[in-house]
Amino acid sequence: MEGLSIKQRFQETLKSVYFPFVAIVVSLLFGSVVILATSSTSPLTAYGHMLKGAFGSIAAFDSTLIKAIPLIFTALSFSLARRSGIINLGAEGQFMMGALAATAVGVATPNLPAIIHLPATLLAGFLGGALFGLITGVLKVKFGASELIITIMLNYIAKELISYFVNGPLMDSASSSYPQSAPMEPSARLYKFIPGLNVHTGLLIALAFIFLYYFFLWKTTAGFDMRVVGFNPSAGAYAGMSIGRSTILALFLAGGLAGLGGCIEIIAVQGRLMMTSFAVPYGFTGIAVALLGNLNPLGVLFSGILFGGLSAGALRMEVMTRDVSSSVAVVIQALIILFIAGRQMFAFKRRYRYRPSSEKRKGKTVVDDATEDESPTVQATAGEGE
Amino acid sequence: MTTILEMRNITKRFGSVVANDDVSFSVRKGEVHALLGENGAGKSTLMNILFGLYEQTSGEILYKGETVNIRSPRDAINLGIGMVHQHFMLIPAHSAIENVVLGYEGNAAVLDLKGAAQRFTEMAERYHMNIDPWELVSNLSVGQQQRLEILKALYRDVETLILDEPTAVLTPQEVDGLFEVIRQLIAEGKTVVFISHKLPEIREICDRCTILRRGKVTAAGLEISEIKDLNELARLMVGHEVELVTEKTLSEPGDVVLNVENLNYTNDKGIHVLKDVSFDVRAGEIVGICGVDGNGQSELIKCLTGLLPATSGKIELMGNDITGSSPKEILKQGIGHIPEDRHAMGMVGQMNLRENIAMVDGHDEPYSSHGFMHWKWIDDFSRKLVAKFSVKTPSIMEKAINLSGGNQQKLVVGRELSREANLLIAVHPSRGLDIGATKYIQSQIVEARDRGVAVLMVSTELDEILEIPDRVLVIYSGRILACLDQCDCTRSGLGLLMAGIEDDSEEQTA
Repeated sequence: MEGLSIKQRFQETLKSVYFPFVAIVVSLLFGSVVILATSSTSPLTAYGHMLKGAFGSIAAFDSTLIKAIPLIFTALSFSLARRSGIINLGAEGQFMMGALAATAVGVATPNLPAIIHLPATLLAGFLGGALFGLITGVLKVKFGASELIITIMLNYIAKELISYFVNGPLMDSASSSYPQSAPMEPSARLYKFIPGLNVHTGLLIALAFIFLYYFFLWKTTAGFDMRVVGFNPSAGAYAGMSIGRSTILALFLAGGLAGLGGCIEIIAVQGRLMMTSFAVPYGFTGIAVALLGNLNPLGVLFSGILFGGLSAGALRMEVMTRDVSSSVAVVIQALIILFIAGRQMFAFKRRYRYRPSSEKRKGKTVVDDATEDESPTVQATAGEGE
Repeated sequence: MTTILEMRNITKRFGSVVANDDVSFSVRKGEVHALLGENGAGKSTLMNILFGLYEQTSGEILYKGETVNIRSPRDAINLGIGMVHQHFMLIPAHSAIENVVLGYEGNAAVLDLKGAAQRFTEMAERYHMNIDPWELVSNLSVGQQQRLEILKALYRDVETLILDEPTAVLTPQEVDGLFEVIRQLIAEGKTVVFISHKLPEIREICDRCTILRRGKVTAAGLEISEIKDLNELARLMVGHEVELVTEKTLSEPGDVVLNVENLNYTNDKGIHVLKDVSFDVRAGEIVGICGVDGNGQSELIKCLTGLLPATSGKIELMGNDITGSSPKEILKQGIGHIPEDRHAMGMVGQMNLRENIAMVDGHDEPYSSHGFMHWKWIDDFSRKLVAKFSVKTPSIMEKAINLSGGNQQKLVVGRELSREANLLIAVHPSRGLDIGATKYIQSQIVEARDRGVAVLMVSTELDEILEIPDRVLVIYSGRILACLDQCDCTRSGLGLLMAGIEDDSEEQTA
């Protein structure tokens, strides 16, 4: 951010970190009420174990990072679409389709050199998610359908497709009777890259894509168009940009990001596609990660690690305290979403409570607002500015 | 006749803007009282105060002789005051009757829609307004929706009905129907406040009128029947103060840059918005389009810039047919466009200045090449532009929303003038700006003309129209009523034309 003084930059950073920080702290406070109500352990002790389990040792941080990687991808997926004015609730399904496509490529072609097989698998993962996202984009642009509904419905379709494939065409009937695929070929897998740690090269790919996300949105003309259209579609149209093109591209790329996350989860962590591969709702948790990270590249990185830490730490908390359920972490995640969404509801209220004149009203439009419906009852009481 | 409503010394401030300045307004029982004034004169603000949507900064309201405190539309309705807004407050997905009972205080805990529909139908028949209570609002025509709004108010037993620019959206036949309803209401002893700026209508339907200009009353309770000359009303409406004048020499028009032939546009509601519009704009001249808001200006500009498809007709820019071209293709042919609403179209508030400056030409060199933005070059260019057009901002990294309205407009004007277009379209270039910023932007537009740019300017401000353009087109109800050289323009002449009167003998025909 050239052009800003160091003090200004610091203030900007502080401002952007302030709200997520408050949301986390308040969520932890509410979480402690849940701990008090459901166990005899003091919340401080429980959180202590959680913290240790997430960031207390190299091994703990290792598992935190592994859990953060898929979240970073699904969060980037949500963020990219949101920046283009689209709410992509379909990262869940796109993640699965990426995993499915990657599995198809990863098990089908033995004896390929890794230098070809691995990129092909990653590309398949990206395309699997991207084409799934594209369906939403095309339906939205051609028929004006709501992306909220389409993406949610496509999530179910993705789940059923996975079920069909692991029970049918991709089922490893040679070695087991479980609904699962054959193991991925060694040439299509990602491996550990730091001696003594379990974290795999998917981390490097995630970091690369965080950078690409930034680079694409802020340095390329296509990304610039997307941000303009995302903030103000009529301004985009005025400036000669195609809103439809931008929407379709955004959903294609968002789907691709989620698909890549699914691909990496299979080829680096799980090793084969199973019905249980998607027990953790990476797609939906990614929305929380993206919102907590304020759709910023670095924000997504840090909040991804934080959410990874929450689930890694929760396991240790449950083991060490014996009576605090690891579900507390899920409660805290949910609370964080609530408080982040809560902020946007406050913003929504501010927008409508006081409308001094049309001039100022238009100026006040809150852009990071996820709920953009124009409620008729609100309109009915708001009156006309001259 | 007794006075039913009195608003005394109403002042309403929005921040530093005074929308109503010591306005007193008095209505007699059983009359149609016109509230007249230009856009932004404060008519709607005054009525919104009466209807409880705004609270006055000072002043009091008397209804039937008693001081009343109207805090919400519900208070107003309980007093017997109803309002039909210019933009209807109906829910399209609901049926007519559901809209009628929505928020009605007499509703029982369990809705009796059938009973309500019966009462509604009886009432509708009495006023000869046939609306099926079970029809969805989205299936009703605009005229029907307006009748539904009136019935909705009557259903609440209002005695005083405020109609905010009721004819703005109606066809001439629908206007006649509306006037019939108004006459019947008056015959029943009800009172109507009629907001408008169309003089012929005022003469036809109203008994008295009160005129606002720039938030102040310029005439109170004039008897319409005593007014011989509509020019008088026009003068009271638009005023004739002497303003600072922008320096300008005579134009030296060159070749035709923009040529529009028989342009027609019908919108998706089937309203014929533009009717056989033909005109041209030459290099080195400013053509002004003057008219009251909503007479097709916006649609005309959108057709010219490719944002709306013309239904028929031809648009040529520098001899090339651009009818049906995409906005991008048209921009590439060299059009600078200062849009009517900078917030809605001209800029992205949440983006910083340099991004707003790169918005229109971002795909072209030197803003970018091979798909990559050249922010370094854009930064340099932005700093120069900000300095050249004296945009006051701490830095080019400031978000546009944080600038004042005048500086935002300078930013948009600066960007569009820097695009070195052959044609500059400036829509309400000075709307909402203070006099300093207005004069600055006007002088920039004149300078562009002197450089040989063809300028098409749309404005509702008579002061601006009398000062800046070399030729003036008056648009009324989608038609170009007149094309005048600037020296032939007079305030009252334009005022009458803007109100749809082509000459004194022949009244509004459209």
